[in-house]
Amino acid sequence: MKQRSLFDIISPIMTGPSSSHTAGAVRLGLMARKIYREKPQKVILKLYNSFAQTGKGHGTDKGLMAGLLGYNVDSNKIKNIFNDAALKDIEYRFENEQNIERHPNAVDFLLYGKINMRISGNSIGAGNIEITKIEDFTTKISGELNTLILFYKDKPGMISRVSTLIQKENINIASLDCDRDAKGKTASMCICLDSEISDSIIKKIEEIEDVYFVRNLKRLED
Amino acid sequence: MEYSFTTFESLLEICNKENKRIYEIMQEKEAFDFDKTVEEVRNKTEKSLKAMKEAIKNGLKSKEKSISGLCGDDCYKLLGRYKKTGSTFGKIFEKITTYALATMEENLRMNRIVACPTAGSCGIVPAVIIALSEKYKSDKEEEINALITAGAIGYIISAKVAMAGAIAGCQAECGVASAMSAAAAVQIMGGDEKQKINAAALALKNILGLSCDPVSGLVEIPCVKRNVFMAIHAITASELSMADIESKIPPDEIVDAMMQTGQLMSPLLKETSQGGLATTKTGILINKNLSNN
Repeated sequence: MKQRSLFDIISPIMTGPSSSHTAGAVRLGLMARKIYREKPQKVILKLYNSFAQTGKGHGTDKGLMAGLLGYNVDSNKIKNIFNDAALKDIEYRFENEQNIERHPNAVDFLLYGKINMRISGNSIGAGNIEITKIEDFTTKISGELNTLILFYKDKPGMISRVSTLIQKENINIASLDCDRDAKGKTASMCICLDSEISDSIIKKIEEIEDVYFVRNLKRLED
Repeated sequence: MEYSFTTFESLLEICNKENKRIYEIMQEKEAFDFDKTVEEVRNKTEKSLKAMKEAIKNGLKSKEKSISGLCGDDCYKLLGRYKKTGSTFGKIFEKITTYALATMEENLRMNRIVACPTAGSCGIVPAVIIALSEKYKSDKEEEINALITAGAIGYIISAKVAMAGAIAGCQAECGVASAMSAAAAVQIMGGDEKQKINAAALALKNILGLSCDPVSGLVEIPCVKRNVFMAIHAITASELSMADIESKIPPDEIVDAMMQTGQLMSPLLKETSQGGLATTKTGILINKNLSNN
C-alpha cells in the first residue's frame, strides 16, 4: 500500500494537459526506457481504449515518446517531441486498439533492436503508473520504489539466493512478486526495495547461475 | 512529529491540542512520514509555488490555441475587457479570474503547470493563493503556508475519495481544488483553523453532484471556464467563513456525502464523455469534427 503524501495533492510540476493521459504517459515511457535499457531501432506503441480515443488531444503519444527518450514529466521538450533530434534515427508508429479486457489507459511498447521486448503498462490516475508485463511475465512496477526485476530458470532456492544478497546490504524488501511460465521454465521476480541497491550486489545477482535478465530500476523522480 | 489524521475533526483536534496551525501540523507530518526535514518539505512546496507563478506569468501573455484548437484565447479576451472597463468587482476579481484562465490555458498548450490536485483543476489554487497574496502583500513564507494548508484539505478528502473525475466526477477535481483554495484564502486572510476547515466545507458542500462530462474527452470544455468559476466559488466560501457562518453539516459528513454522491452518479457522467455536455448536439458535433482531423 502506498503511503499518502502532501505532494500527491500539490504536485507534480508537469507538462499539461492531463495527469493521467500526459504525465502518466511520460512516466510509462520513462519506465519502458529503464527496462529496455538499449536505444531501440524501432518502436511500435499500441494504445488501448481511452488512451487510443482521447490520447491525441491530450498529447499521450507525445508523452509516451518523450519518456522513451528520457525526458521527465515537466520537460518543455514534450510538446515538440516528434521534431526532437533524439528521435531521428528511431523508426516508430502508433496503433490504436480497443480491448475491454485491458485497462482504460493501457499501452504496449514493442521495442526492436539488439533485443526485442514487449512492455505493457497502465496509467492509473493522477500521474501514477504501473508496468504490468514484461514479455509474458506479470510485474508490479510503480516506479515509486527502487525495483529489481529478474528472469531466471524456475528452480528451488533462487528467491533465497537473491534475498540473501540483498540482505547483505541491510536493504529492506517492501514487496516481492514472482511469476513463471511453467514449472522448471522461465520465472520472474519483481522486488521493491526501500533503498538503492549497489552495483556490486547487482553484479553478484547477475552472476547467479541460470539468471537470464536483471534490471535495477531506480525510482522515478517526482 | 508522528501525527495521524484522516478527518477534519481529528486534524482540528490536533491543531487545538498542539496550539498549531494546519500547515504546521501538515508539514511536520509529511516530514516525519517521508524521513525529511520540515525545511525540505517547505522547499519542495516552494518549487510548486514557483511553477504556479511561472504558468500564470506565461499564460497572461499568450493567446496560443490548445492542441485541439478549441480553446486558448479566453484569458486574452478577459484581459482586454478589464483593460478597457475594469471588472465590476474590482482588482482582486480581475486577478483571480485571469490567473485561473492563464494557468488552465497553459495546461492545454502542453506547457508547464502544477497538478493541484489534478491537471484539469490546475488553475484554481494558484489563482486564489497568488491573487490574495498580492492583495495582502504576503511574503513567500506565507504563500507556502497557504499552499500547504490547501494541500492538507486535499489530503484529508483524498483519504475517502480518490481525486479523479472517473471516481467521483468533477466534485473530486475542481470541487476539491475549490475547497482547498477556500482554506488557503482563510489562511492568507488571517482566519483561524476552524474557519479554514469550515471554508473548505462550505465550498465542497455547494458543488456536490458536479459531473465530469468533457466534450470529446478533452480537458477543455467545460474545464477551462469551470476553473474560473470554482476559484470565485472558493472566495465566496472564505468570506462566509470569516464571518463565522458555519456549515450546519459538519465538514467530514460533507466529504461522506460527496463520496456517496460520487457513487450514485451514473458512469456516463464520470469522465467517460458519454453523457451531459459531451453528448449534447454540439458536443457530439465538436467530437466528430475533431475525429475527422
